Amino acid sequence: MKRHVLHPLWVAVGVVGLIFLARLVLVPDDFGVHGDSFTYNYYRLGNIDEWKNFPVKYQGSDTCVECHKDNVRTHRRSPHKRVQCENCHGPAASHPDDIEYLPLNRERAMCLRCHADLDYPESSARSNLPAIVDRHHKRRRECVTCHNPHDPREDVE
Amino acid sequence: MPEDAIVHGVEWTVKELFVYPNEFIYWSIQIVMYPYMTGLVAGAFVLSSLYHVFGQKDLKEIAQFSLVFSLALLPVAALPLLLHLQQPLRAMEPLMTPHFTSAIAAFGIVFTVYGLIVVSEIWFVYREYFVHELTVLRDTGGFWNALRRVVYKVLTFGAKDVSDSAIRVDHKAAKILAAVGIPVACFLHGYAGFIFGSVKANALWMSPLMPVIFIMSAVVSGIALCMLTYIVIMEFQAFRQRRKGGTAQAGETKGAEIDVISKATRYLLGFLVAAISLELLDLIFRGYTAMKSWDILRSVMYGKDFINIFVLQYTLGNLVPFVLLLLPGRTIKRIVVALLLVLFGVFMMRWNVVIGGQAFSLSFSGYMHYHIPIIPHSFETYKEGVFGALTVIATPFVLFWLINKFVPSLRRNIGKA
Amino acid sequence: MSCSRRNFLKDAAGAAFVSSLPLSAFVILTTEEAKAAVAAATVRWGYLVDTNKCTGCGMCVKACKNENEIPYDAPVTRTWVERYVVTKDGTTHIDSPDGGRDGFTSDKIRDEEVDPENIAKAFFVPKLCNQCDNPACVQVCPVGATYKTEDGVVLIDREWCIGCGYCIMACPYGVRFFHPDHKVADKCNFCYHRITKGMMPACVESCAFGARRLANLRDPDDPVTKIITTERVAVLKDEYGTKPHVFYLGLDNNVR
Repeated sequence: MKRHVLHPLWVAVGVVGLIFLARLVLVPDDFGVHGDSFTYNYYRLGNIDEWKNFPVKYQGSDTCVECHKDNVRTHRRSPHKRVQCENCHGPAASHPDDIEYLPLNRERAMCLRCHADLDYPESSARSNLPAIVDRHHKRRRECVTCHNPHDPREDVE
Repeated sequence: MPEDAIVHGVEWTVKELFVYPNEFIYWSIQIVMYPYMTGLVAGAFVLSSLYHVFGQKDLKEIAQFSLVFSLALLPVAALPLLLHLQQPLRAMEPLMTPHFTSAIAAFGIVFTVYGLIVVSEIWFVYREYFVHELTVLRDTGGFWNALRRVVYKVLTFGAKDVSDSAIRVDHKAAKILAAVGIPVACFLHGYAGFIFGSVKANALWMSPLMPVIFIMSAVVSGIALCMLTYIVIMEFQAFRQRRKGGTAQAGETKGAEIDVISKATRYLLGFLVAAISLELLDLIFRGYTAMKSWDILRSVMYGKDFINIFVLQYTLGNLVPFVLLLLPGRTIKRIVVALLLVLFGVFMMRWNVVIGGQAFSLSFSGYMHYHIPIIPHSFETYKEGVFGALTVIATPFVLFWLINKFVPSLRRNIGKA
Repeated sequence: MSCSRRNFLKDAAGAAFVSSLPLSAFVILTTEEAKAAVAAATVRWGYLVDTNKCTGCGMCVKACKNENEIPYDAPVTRTWVERYVVTKDGTTHIDSPDGGRDGFTSDKIRDEEVDPENIAKAFFVPKLCNQCDNPACVQVCPVGATYKTEDGVVLIDREWCIGCGYCIMACPYGVRFFHPDHKVADKCNFCYHRITKGMMPACVESCAFGARRLANLRDPDDPVTKIITTERVAVLKDEYGTKPHVFYLGLDNNVR
């Protein structure tokens, strides 16, 4: 057998060797099967913490009540109590530390999300909400000029 | 929206009726090119193996050419994938952390193995030539000759033994590699079919026949492209010789030989019949079993994509060339037309699978239309558009021209130098 | 076929599979890691959507986009709300303009009026990642950039995803997309950063009607788990065998 026949084989071994060498350098140490299945649990373990550390934006009304007692109290007695503060006021995120004011959305469109009349049968959840026909009711006016969003039973004085 | 906040797919997807918000044509022209180019690689290799393994002597010349051509095509099978990745710099990761439950994870490995086989086989076939060139070039001067000397020196890998026994070993090794290469080539392409066939979420793709259909049409397109390129190059050389009025070497003025072409045509027809039969079987089966997805599939196949599938693919791309190749009294011109149509037909088949599979929503309640970007206005619309596809098509010919400078696959009587 | 040959084939296949496993597939857990794994096994997140309660206000979609930094005007979203209007002749009209981000304030479906007299039923269906037990998207990821955590949530590694889009193709629910900024696959993860801190996902918190709720399926005292285990719930596209973990109350046959 002539020796030179094996030359391509050495090249192949070299290529494979290079790949394994690259793996040593490039693959993070915590990459592997973390769990019981190669199919579903083959990953970089450190990524879980990266996701856990993703910044929270919506803080919840329990945070709001710390400073805005009156408004929250009114709101919690009203039919709107199920609507979270941040739904209309926007995510608190780092307010009040870094963000001094939250941009308040006063748009008519905001209220229409629930209160635009869709004329659906009784069985639709939407039909149980008080509704207006957009083009017939005080067109283009902001709802909050007349209705108090914190307690819609009260009119704005 | 800032330039980099463009949502992938919005540019070329038009939705109709109800489509889930996140659905777009994510796999576009480059994913059409990918199985097409891979198919050409596999087909070219199979054609060359017909001579090397099964000793089809009359295929010798086209076999040598198609072996080298399959090397030129090889990098281009990976190019569309690279162009399509959203993170092209991470392209080596499938080799770093291969997740073998994914069909794509095998790509790096199969591709590397296959590349090594092709390169090795070429080395065994042309080693004698490399050594010969080295001796011829030994005492020549000039930059070009010096460069060639260096290249050939590297290419011989220090194996300069050209005794009869050594050459016999070379030929045997080439034959073994060609034999091993056939299943690997089929695997390389069969698994490209598997990538699609195994997507259970896609009603059009999911079929166990998909890998086999892909292999058959791959061989068809590979043979067709090799024959076509071979004819064009040989005719061009003959034409140039005639214009010079020279009679340098009788062998080089002949142009393409009809009997080589006829033989290759027979294989082409065989694989074409197999490919069409399987595709029709798939279609009939879907219609007969009429699963939940059939309503939307039917509306796509017989309605929206009717021209693409039944006119362009089956009629113009399969039936017409089939008749052209079968009718007696074949001429080179007619064969060229038929080959062009075959290549077009296989391309349309890839198109109808890849784009057709995304022509309907996963909700089965709406459609998506693909508008391929023609004039690019950003890198994304270039690579995912007509010009990106043309770049991919042009690359193998440039590569072949380069490789052929050192590995002359078109010169006759190589191996008896 | 003879027995010995079958065994040989089996052995050969097994050997091929083992030899094809990457070396890093074998990792020995440290004590801390093992403990963490056991602790996590007391949690399996699930989700309950009550389609009877959804009014299509779209607050959940808005909150999700803000919370998870999905560009607000990009036409992709981690969660969305679909509207179904079924007329008396059996035709189903479906839409989800901008994923329902701005709610449903018009009767028109794709600029087409549906005669209210003709409507048999109308309802809204929120959609999100189903955090499947057998996620098809994870199976097809070529590089291990998406995976299922011990508590059942499917996450995506933004540092490792190559952006091939195979997972997007493999998901039968169409929940995945390419993030316009990060250029990697993205999808709902039940607000993993919130639920691991004891908070509710942004969509659950912003829902004023209790249509969206989170459950720890391993906790039998969890009120939402009780509903899932005692009432008649359904999942989407059961036929794909993905074992989705978002359960629906009042799911209609027309829902796709």
